[in-house]
Amino acid sequence: MQKSPKVLVLRTAGTNCDKETAFAFEAVGAECELVHINKLISGEKNLSAYHILAIPGGFSYGDDVAAGKILANELKCKLSDDLKNFIDAGKLIIGICNGFQILVKAGLLPGNQDLLQEASLIINDSAKFEDRWVYLRKSQDKCVWTKDLEEMIYLPVAHGEGKFITKDGAVLKRLKENGQIVFQYCNSRGDFTGYPDNPNGSIENIAGICDETGRVLGLMPHPERHVSGLQHPRWAGGKFDPEGDGKMIFRNGVEYIRKTF
Amino acid sequence: MLYKIEVKDRPGIFDCIGEGTKRDILDLGIKSVEEVAFAQVYNIEGQLSGQEAKMICEELLIDKVVQGYSINEPPEQPNSGITVVEVAYNPGVMDPTEESVLKGMRDLGIRGKATVKTAKKFIIKGNLSKDELETVCDKLLYNKLIQHIVSPQLSALSFQQTGYKFKLITIDLLGASDKKLMQISKDGQLFLNLAEMRQIRDYFKKLKRNPTDCELETLAQTWSEHCGHKTFRGKIKYTEKISGKAKTKIINNLLKSTIVKVTKELNKPWCISVFHDNSGVIKFDDKYNVCFKVETHNHPSALEPFGGANTGIGGVIRDPLGTGLGARPFLNTDVFCFAPPEYPFSKLPKGALHPKRIMKGVVSGVRDYGNKMGIPTVNGAVLFHERFVGNPLVYCGTAGIMPKDKTFKKVNKGDLIVVVGGRTGRDGIHGATFSSGELTHESETISSGAVQIGNPIQEKKMVDTIIKARDLDLYSAITDCGAGGLSSAVGEMGAVFGARVDLEKVPLKYSGLSYYEIWISESQERMVLSAPPAKINDLIKVFSDENVEATVIGEFSGSGRLELFYKGAKVCDLDMEFLHEGLPQLEKKAEFVLAKHKEPKFKCPKGLSGYLLKLLSRYDICSKEWVIRQYDHEVQGGSVLKPLVGIVNDGPSDAAVVKPVLNSKKGVIISCGINFRYGFIDPYWMAASCIDEALRQVIAVGGSLKEVAILDNFCWGNPDKPDRLGGMVRAAIACYDIAKGFGVPFISGKDSLYNEYAVHGKSMAIPGTLLISAIAVTDDASKTVSMYAKEPGGLIYIVGETFDELGGSHYFDIMGSVGNNVPKVNAKKAKLIFDSLSKAASFGLVKAMHDCSEGGLAVAAAEMAFSGGLGMDLFLSEVKTKLKRNDYVLFSESNSRFIVEVAKKDQKAFEKQMRGVPLGLIGCVSGKKEFKVYGLDGKICINAKIDGLKEAWQSPLRW
Repeated sequence: MQKSPKVLVLRTAGTNCDKETAFAFEAVGAECELVHINKLISGEKNLSAYHILAIPGGFSYGDDVAAGKILANELKCKLSDDLKNFIDAGKLIIGICNGFQILVKAGLLPGNQDLLQEASLIINDSAKFEDRWVYLRKSQDKCVWTKDLEEMIYLPVAHGEGKFITKDGAVLKRLKENGQIVFQYCNSRGDFTGYPDNPNGSIENIAGICDETGRVLGLMPHPERHVSGLQHPRWAGGKFDPEGDGKMIFRNGVEYIRKTF
Repeated sequence: MLYKIEVKDRPGIFDCIGEGTKRDILDLGIKSVEEVAFAQVYNIEGQLSGQEAKMICEELLIDKVVQGYSINEPPEQPNSGITVVEVAYNPGVMDPTEESVLKGMRDLGIRGKATVKTAKKFIIKGNLSKDELETVCDKLLYNKLIQHIVSPQLSALSFQQTGYKFKLITIDLLGASDKKLMQISKDGQLFLNLAEMRQIRDYFKKLKRNPTDCELETLAQTWSEHCGHKTFRGKIKYTEKISGKAKTKIINNLLKSTIVKVTKELNKPWCISVFHDNSGVIKFDDKYNVCFKVETHNHPSALEPFGGANTGIGGVIRDPLGTGLGARPFLNTDVFCFAPPEYPFSKLPKGALHPKRIMKGVVSGVRDYGNKMGIPTVNGAVLFHERFVGNPLVYCGTAGIMPKDKTFKKVNKGDLIVVVGGRTGRDGIHGATFSSGELTHESETISSGAVQIGNPIQEKKMVDTIIKARDLDLYSAITDCGAGGLSSAVGEMGAVFGARVDLEKVPLKYSGLSYYEIWISESQERMVLSAPPAKINDLIKVFSDENVEATVIGEFSGSGRLELFYKGAKVCDLDMEFLHEGLPQLEKKAEFVLAKHKEPKFKCPKGLSGYLLKLLSRYDICSKEWVIRQYDHEVQGGSVLKPLVGIVNDGPSDAAVVKPVLNSKKGVIISCGINFRYGFIDPYWMAASCIDEALRQVIAVGGSLKEVAILDNFCWGNPDKPDRLGGMVRAAIACYDIAKGFGVPFISGKDSLYNEYAVHGKSMAIPGTLLISAIAVTDDASKTVSMYAKEPGGLIYIVGETFDELGGSHYFDIMGSVGNNVPKVNAKKAKLIFDSLSKAASFGLVKAMHDCSEGGLAVAAAEMAFSGGLGMDLFLSEVKTKLKRNDYVLFSESNSRFIVEVAKKDQKAFEKQMRGVPLGLIGCVSGKKEFKVYGLDGKICINAKIDGLKEAWQSPLRW
């Protein structure tokens, strides 16, 4: 593909990580547009005109009822065909934090034909919102978003409802067998430990998953908050890496589109 | 049809709300509680079929993976050992969830009209006595100002709203005696004094008519202390008594002769807009300006901590948004003062909430609003003292950024008045009792005005759309609807040309509001715009595209008058000049007497490790991680220096560094100075110390004094009492002297007076407290320095001189004294220290730097060590001081001092750079995890493991 891949960063009432998510995509050569959901529903904008759909962090509709629930419901009721076609066309979706919650609650992750919700992200075991940096272990290579990523990366989380849980053991087994578990929380040595390395009590330390195609990714940590070394919590007074760990995730997505389309 | 839907976690799922509530009940000392389960209740009334109700539950209200639901289940039978408490909002208290549920129902294709009310249900297992249950409800589960306990017998709800029938009300002033005037002021809660009431009477005498209630309310609001700052702008007769000598002087305008005077005299070219807009504006770069404002929300937070802090932060966010043509908020700050969390319940003044509950509620309130707005909360402080028991202090600040050409506003004659954002309700109307939209038969009537709950998503939508409209150039002026509501906003904007408003056009939350209630309501999340008629359709479309209401309610008329109409009837007609200039000048008396405290007499204790541990565990000094982690301090992606830093990200940062423009190298530094303890001795040196501290922190993170501006927030007791006012005047005088000495201008400020509460019938004031907030622009954010020790072998210096200044220190407080030798500031010497150190840091000669403040050198060095996971060996004989006691050297709180780590290889360059500055090479960083201090006699006086020091520092507020 010659031109820049086009990214739609979805906005609605309460979205708040849209600008930095667009900044991260633009830094790796994408062309971004912040689009309010009303414009997709009215038909003024069409999802099919884009290559990547990014659902950024925030508190969509205040996270009323449950985190991401109202927007997930809206996507399911109003845009499910567009979304299915988008995925079937081989395009990419990333949901970060609130975006992950929305993808899971809309049944797009882990993903099935009928968009049934099979997993959830519920209130942290600590029962409170927490902002902290976490180490993540890359769990497999199926996901196009994590292709050239280091085995371990460092990103911040900031959420109150991030505990990943599946409907039953069968769903978890399927996730494992299909290689859909993308990121797991660990400590600085890569070991699976408890709180606070796993900041929310997620089962199997799950921090992010993808669908069966590997093209739809959802994760609680914020890669867009670590695209420059200046955002790292321990650089000050020392040297910093011009590139932060999260940047490669965006680059992978954009490069995939370049190669595929 | 009415459906009562209950959503509960399925068995086996960890019910963290229930568990948390159980822990809190145990915390109250009620041990009989065995288990608490939580259920979320939705009462939905409307034209819905049972099938639809079921669909709403399954598709919208429950999380199918973990939750189940019931519809219209009969209430639990009273059962020994199980108590059910259901808590619902009072009528008129806004619950944003209701709107979201209705939206979700529409998305599901449900067309019937419906109303939603939510409630929380706690199912408490255990044999609690009636008294215990009452305690649990009162202290934990609900606040009767905004909520009520739903009685299980009541199943039917009615949402009927009352109507309003117009009747113009006038108040008989013309024939009123002085006594009657004061009666009118008191009964109407106008808070106007006799001179002001007379002035108003005389004005209407000339007009040969009585004022309407609306006119009187408008005058009371515009002339209020809150909006008019009568004390700071009025005349003060100030008497100062220091060691027996008395001096008296007349101050015509305290603000103009102190705070504003510094800025005028310094006349910095980068100060763009100061003291006249909603926040102070300074230059950021060639394209942008940044602005900063700090406000307080003390009284609402005392009554309803969550809602008070929630609307406090919501309110201050609207200040930058209402500055110029609107700035995009990019960071928040918060500073709190509470009574100690273990304050005994038995000592609580009547009506006061427990400080721990206040603190938890306030932190949640800031967390909820700040996080949902997507504004990082990056800096703050939490302090404790018993005298804040009835009256906590809650300071909230917001900084914003705007393009250079959007920094000024101008209302044009003929512009339309547009109100945008949330709807108007009875919120914030003083004294109004609330009766419409009755939900239950609860008889308790309330003054709903004092407390509100914010709706951050409403405000977020408003910010997004306002910035869009701003960039399209669709309006010419903007201001926020804060205290005083439309009255204040329209009154201010129309000051030059006059305004006419048709009050019935203002969109209401519910019917039943009278014309004057609409006018003075303080409903949250509203802004007022002034828009040219030619652009009005485009403007309204920008808002409606994103589901924000924007409504034309009148115009800036050109009459020079404030004319209000309700359905065609004139309800207010005031001369703008009288409204804004008619306030008679007040004269207040102020008296300051320098108190003499007992000097403590004790010998230097032998081992000082224990005292260091005690100091680290002081609530003021200890880790605030429990608070900080609950705030999103990194959203927007601009975080360069975080509030928590260190080898495991948990040490105390001195200031925050944020990049508001992601692709620029420039950054903004935010810090704050506050220490009411020094004010017990002398408010002058308290103010001086606060300024020094705020600036010191800017330097500590690698900033400079080149482009720093400061903000003042005075929180004081009743200014009508000369002793209260005296201290404040003295602090304001210091603000002039010290800021001028540093060459640092004030750009904005706010005062909150009347911070008093009754204890056993006696009025008690809070300690006079000044918060100084600093904002600095730094050219290169990659020059930032953090506070934790970096590598073994690093050299440790103390920069600045250590004096016998333990007055008001934490060490003396532990020893049961206040003392008299309060830390002073020599601005000239301090400036030299700051400038030299700032240069050294910009050359990359500083590995780590930490500001010496509460607890002195020992606490600062220990914090650097344990935050870096490293030890230190320090030698007090190298400290620049005349002091002869180890404890004084370690714990003196002298200003303008820093602990600095320098790499061995940079020793020469650093010392050369610091020539002429008091400097002591006091030791080095060690790889062993031990913190060792050798005293003036060369013998060891502190020997502690850093893990132990860290534990002492972290444990007090690890909730």
